[in-house]
Parts: sequence; C-alpha cells; structure tokens
Amino acid sequence: MLRFVVRRLLLLVPILLGLSLLVFLWIRALPAGPAQSLLGERATPETIRQIEEQYGLNEPIHVQYWSYLKTVGTGDLGTTIRTRRPVTDELRERFPATIELTIAALLFATLLGIPLGFVAAKRYGTWVDHSSLVVSLIGISIPIFFLAILLKYVFAVKLGLLPTVGRISVLIDIDHPTNFYLLDALIAGDLGAFWDVTKHLMLPAIALGSIPLAITARITRAAVLDVQNEDYIRTARAKGLAPRIVDERHIFRNALLPIMTIIGLQTGLLLSGAVLTETVFAFPGMGTWLVEAIRQRDFPILQGGILFVSFVFVLINLIVDISYALVNPKIRVS
Amino acid sequence: MGGVSKRILLLLAMALLVVGAAGCGGDDDDEGGEAAQTGGTLVFAGAADPVVIDGALVSDGESIRVITQIFETLINLKPGTTELAPGLATEWEVSPDALTYTFALREGVKFHDGTDFNAEAVCFNFDRWYNFKGPLQSPSASYYYSAFFGGFKNNESEDLSDPLYKSCEARNPTTAVITLTRPSASLLGALVQQAFSIASPKALQEFKADAGTLDEETGFRPTGTFGTEHPIGTGPFEFVSWTREDRLVLTRFEDYWGEKAKLDELIIRPIADNAARLQALQNGEIQGYDLVEPQDIGTIEGSDNLKILDRPAFNVAYVGINQAKKPMDNLKVRQAVAHGLDRQAVVDSFYGGRGVVANQMMPPEVEGYADTVEEYPYDPERAKQLLQEAGVQMPLEIEFWYPSDISRPYMPNPKNNFEAFAASLNKSGFKVVPKTAPWDPDYLGRVDEGNAGHLHLIGWTGDFADADNFIGTFFQDFNPQFGFRDPELFKMLDDAEVEADRQARIDMYKEANQHIMETLPAVPYAHTKPALAFRSDIEGFVPSPTTNELFNTVTIGEGSE
Repeated sequence: MLRFVVRRLLLLVPILLGLSLLVFLWIRALPAGPAQSLLGERATPETIRQIEEQYGLNEPIHVQYWSYLKTVGTGDLGTTIRTRRPVTDELRERFPATIELTIAALLFATLLGIPLGFVAAKRYGTWVDHSSLVVSLIGISIPIFFLAILLKYVFAVKLGLLPTVGRISVLIDIDHPTNFYLLDALIAGDLGAFWDVTKHLMLPAIALGSIPLAITARITRAAVLDVQNEDYIRTARAKGLAPRIVDERHIFRNALLPIMTIIGLQTGLLLSGAVLTETVFAFPGMGTWLVEAIRQRDFPILQGGILFVSFVFVLINLIVDISYALVNPKIRVS
Repeated sequence: MGGVSKRILLLLAMALLVVGAAGCGGDDDDEGGEAAQTGGTLVFAGAADPVVIDGALVSDGESIRVITQIFETLINLKPGTTELAPGLATEWEVSPDALTYTFALREGVKFHDGTDFNAEAVCFNFDRWYNFKGPLQSPSASYYYSAFFGGFKNNESEDLSDPLYKSCEARNPTTAVITLTRPSASLLGALVQQAFSIASPKALQEFKADAGTLDEETGFRPTGTFGTEHPIGTGPFEFVSWTREDRLVLTRFEDYWGEKAKLDELIIRPIADNAARLQALQNGEIQGYDLVEPQDIGTIEGSDNLKILDRPAFNVAYVGINQAKKPMDNLKVRQAVAHGLDRQAVVDSFYGGRGVVANQMMPPEVEGYADTVEEYPYDPERAKQLLQEAGVQMPLEIEFWYPSDISRPYMPNPKNNFEAFAASLNKSGFKVVPKTAPWDPDYLGRVDEGNAGHLHLIGWTGDFADADNFIGTFFQDFNPQFGFRDPELFKMLDDAEVEADRQARIDMYKEANQHIMETLPAVPYAHTKPALAFRSDIEGFVPSPTTNELFNTVTIGEGSE
C-alpha cells in the first residue's frame, strides 16, 4: 500500500513538469498579450512594446521558461499582471473559496442524490422511479447559469430569503485568517456571520450541485439495481436477515464503489473551478480567476494557477484510489 | 414501504423544512439608512476590483472610482459638465507663452493624516511622478502621466518622448508654479484627471508608495503599502479597509474642507457579471451600480424601486478605415463607405433610445466641436456612383472587422451594429467579408497594428474634456490603425494643442474637425449616454461625462423594499 502511494506521488513530478511546459507554450501561442488587456482602446504600438519589455515577453522562449522554473522552484509563483500581487496570495484567497463551494455542492449532491437514487432503485418501475428519472434529466440538461439566475430570481429577488452575490454580506466584518469563511466565522465566534456565510453558499451549491446530483442519483440507482440482483443478496435474504440490514450492510456497501468513483471524478472537476456558477454569483473562486486570466493574458496566474489545479486533480485521484482499497479489501493493489 | 427508503424520505422532508425555515429568520437589511437624510451606508457595485489606490499608477475605471472619493486634483469639473472649476487650486494663471502655470492654492486644507496641504505637497507630487523609475515608467502603471507629459526625468525606454514637465516651484505655501519644457494649452483640462491628484507626502514616503522589487523572474512586485492600506488624500472620504474581491470600505472624512459627505460609510464591491449586478440591486444587496446594459434599462425603469441615471455623452463610436489597405486610400471610396452606412437606423435600433447619430469624431459637449461639417446621409445610389467614379470594380470586396463577446458604452452590441452596417454596405456597391475576434486582447491587438481589414468597429470614451484627447489621440500623427499621412491635419492638431488663447484654440479644433469630416479617415456614427442604476431612494448622485463622480452629495432616503 505504501509503495503504491509513494509511486503515485513520485509520478507527480514529471506530470507537473510536462504540464508546466505545455501551459507555458500554449499561453504564448495565443494572439496578442497582456498589453492590450491592460490598456484597451488606449493601447498603441509604443505602449504595447513598453509593456512587453517590462514583462520580458520579447525574450527567447527558453530564457523565459528557465526564469519561470527558477522562481517556481523557490515556491514563488510570480506576480500577477493585473493586480500586481504575488500569485500565491491570490491563490490563498481563491482556492479556499472554491473548496467551500465544492464541498457545499457535493454535500447537496450526495446527501440528496444517493437517497434519491436508492429509493428509485427500491421502487423500481413505480412513479417514484420515473419521476426521479425526469428530475435527473432536468438536472443534467438545464444550463447552470440559467438555473442560477432562476434560483436567484425566486429565492432572492422575489422571496427575499437568500442573498445573490458574494461569500458574505458586506455589512458583516470578520477577520480572515484561513480564508475558509465558515471556519473564519467559527474562529471569530460569530454565529451570525457563520449563518450568513452558509446562506451565501446555499444557492451556488444548489446550482453547481445540480449536475452532480443528477449523476449521483442515476449512478446510485444503477449500482443498487445491479447489486440487488446478485446471488449473495438472495442468500442474505434467504438467511432471514432483516431487510434493513441487507440494505445497509450488503447492498449499499457494495454499490458504494462506483458511486465513489463518480464522486471522486466530480470533485476533481469542481475543484478546477466552477466558472459559470462563480460568475453568476460573483463568487471569487478559482474558476473566474483562471478564466479572466486567460482573457487578460495574465501569464503568471495561468502558469501558477493551472499547475496548482493539476496538482490538486492528481491528488484527488490518488485519494479516490486509496479509498477504493480501504472500502473493498479485494482491491488492495500490489 | 421498505424501512430504509421510508427513513430516507423522512430525512429529505426534514431537510427541506430546515432550508425553508432558514430563510425566514429575517434577511439582512442592507438599507442601513436612518430615518433622516444623513448617515447610513451605501453599497455600490463596480465591474471589477480596483488595482491599487494610487492615482499615478492606475488606468482602470474601478481604481479611479475609489481614488476620486479619497484624493483631489488642483482643478475640478463642475459636477455633471466638462467645465473647469476650482479644486485644490482656487485660481490659476497661464503665461502668454503657455509655458508657466501659476496656481493659487486653497487654504486650510488638511490631508486625512492631519498634515497640511500646501504648495510643497503639490510640488512633491509632481516631482514624484517626474522621477518615476523602472517599471513605474511603464504604461501599465503611469499611462495617464506619460500620455500627457510624455517622458520622465530619466527615460528608460526609447518609446518615451522628451518630458513636457520641467519643474514645480513652491513660491509660498499657497502658490505653486509649474513650468513646462514646451508650450501646452491642454494642461488645465488634463489636470482634472485622477492621475494628477495630490497625495500626502508624509504618507507617500512613510508607506513607500514607489517601492517594489524588480525581479527578472517574478516581475515588478510593489512592496509598499501606500496604495493598498494607506492611501491618504484630501477628499471627502477616508480609506478604512480593503478585502480583495469582496469590499472596499470608505468612511466620511470629518475635516473635509468642502461639502462633507452625508453618508457615514461607502462600500464599493466588485460584481463582474451584469445580470448579477442587476439582481443584487433588485434584492437590495447593493444600492447602485455602473455599466448598465441597454437590455436592462427597460426592466430597471419599469420597477418602482429602481431608477436610471444618465451620464452626458462623452464618447464616440466609429467605423475606422485603414487607408493602408487599398483602395481605402482613395477619397471617393471612403466617401462611398460613408454614404453606404445607415447610421440612423443603427442608432435607432440598437441603442435603447440612448444614442444620437454622430457627425464628428468627438461629442458636442467638448469645446472645438464644429457647428457644421460635411454630411453623409445614407444613400446607396450615391455610394455606387462614387465607386464608379473611383474606377473600382463593383461589388468592391472589403474585410470588415468587429469584436465578439464585448459590450462597450459606445457600442452595446457590436454584432448588431456590424450586421446592419454590412447589410447597408452590400446594398451600396460593396461586398462585405465579415471578420471577428474576441475583443481582449485579440481584436484590440489587430486594430492597433493596422491588421483589422479595411473597416473596423471601435470607439473612444474621453479621458478629459479636451478635443486633443479625442481627435489628437486619433489623428495627430501616423497611426497604423488608420494607415495614412496627412501633414496638413497633423500640423493643425499640433498647433491647436499648444495654442494658449482659448477662443483661438476652439476655432482651430473646429477647423480640424471640418477637415477630418472632409478627408474621412473614419466614419463616426454614435454618441451614447451611458447609464447608472440606483434604488429609488438614493438621491444626490450627479453623473459626470468623465465618470468621475463624487459620493459626498449622496443620501439614502427611507428604506423602500
């Protein structure tokens, strides 16, 4: 087991190096650069030239890449072009926001999706099953930004129950030692702030979690149906085990594997940034950070940010693989 | 029902109840106003987070919005107009040779840190900018300084011209004299810009406003805290705190020399998505926002709780012509283009009632606007006739570029404008080849390099109230965007720029505008009135053509949800 983990961690190095080179080359292959983004209509050939000189964009590529590697090696991801701040500072603000949003969305998706899928499987063929199918279909098909605007319209504008933008009300003031706003509120002992942050997470979580919800429900249903018809289940029932124990100990645990795979994959996807949700809710996470950086050709953000996201993605996959082995002893890899 | 399923459904029902009950616990009432007209907190949304709160080192509108509340300039504009008015300077005198400017400074003014505003402070600031080194000379930092003053004391780039600024003398605490190296008549208008606002010398030094590390690998990293934690000016609001991508908090400056702010607190927050801004306004989470899209104006005006405020037009939308691409260098072909564009239809259809047809390359609000110019009504037959006279094969195939995925104040929907123009040109003897690219940075790059076909859609919002800022920027020199050399026009604009006599200057710019509309380096088509949105109970906000609006006159009425 340990060897397995160590091997996978070591693989990280070539993966990240290759990725960094790819990102590096790709950004520079895009037309135009940060100068036009910084100055808009005010850009002239002279001002563009000056800015490119300032950021070393006229140097030969291998020189630029070497400079980049040197800084990354020291843990410094450079300075952003637009805001002139260390990339690591912005990462430290953006990533916790994305994590909170991701966890909220996944909680919504799994706490609702697994039971829904389970019930649909148990009531296979009934109206419960069919309506869960319809709900899943809607969940997957509806565009996230449309769902988000709709949710805001109903729950915020019309009913006045929830806020529409941001992570916390601008009228509430707490310190941010961790940038996980829920944690920060707890650290400050401010339950009002904690509740406010939760309210700000609700609609984005529902919007973002709509697709994972649908997928989780469907996969759960399929997995449960699959397992239900296995011989060992029939044996367990024949043995006289109470239905509840059959459900929980045998069906559920065996169905868990495919469900976990899907959840793991979706976590990786969500962590790389939920751009649409973040945009509509003005939620300052990784998604909008990276997409705006592409538009503005903010090289340092892209180089540091994408590298970081890749690292996280690989790590998540590793964790999923490890949890396989934990859940099902048959899959302890040699 | 199976035991587990029943339990699950029960749990789900409970969960839904909890969520429902959650919201009922009274939502936060963001309308912090008291019953009286003074006090309260106003939350205003811009489209992005500011970059740094230091006028000399920014060129983006959001930073400037905040800077306008905290810092002041020697010269102001009368609110809502482009007329010059006293600011930190109460009177000024220009020498006949337009080289020396003498400013009488306002007395009894204090910076937020208690230090005195005086001539020494003024000269400290001017010298600071003049002495910028390294990355601070880059247009990514000091764009507005070098756009007007040219170079610095020690230019580190060939692209910087000789400095226009020579020196500043603090003759006595209330008299500052600025001397230039060559005559310029635009200085007064230019000094209204926030790039030339006066900051506390004590704070600039103590918090190391210009400090930073310059590293080949990491680039320029500011290390001082002046622009991020201690921006200290003389304005009606003081800086309190700034949480990035969340809020920037300002509070009333009690010792302000002018009209004290009515609000207790002003909070500015960034919301990039337009629909999100609107919904936040409808929900009361913000009380006002900028950059209203035309399609939302109906919704806002139709709501009892909301209202629209218009800014006077200070922009121009135009069809740029690149004369380096033949046969655009032929005047008759350009005239044909002008007659082939149905500008009235575009303005009527796509500007939500907020546009007027432009007949010159600058808006009527700016001095130097010509009373009459050559007109080019939409006339497909005339266009075809001109093309024939020019001796070109009809239909004349031309590349026409427009930007995708952007909305500009002067051009809310480029695609709509393009399609209408292309249709009218196709009726006028042309064959339009559509070309498009994302605005930022691709399209902008192409336009700047002169790589955007024969025709392209773009525009300009003025920085300050001076004809030079419009037609001087476009046509004072060879510009790859337009690809032509017109020594007569270049000279006209050079001369007008330095003419000290105001009336003579106005006449010179009028002449230039007439010349431009005769030679048609571009075809202007619209001026627009960009809109702001507010909750109905917000009073006292005076929209300005240059978007430099102060919040000290703003009040919040009784809350109305």
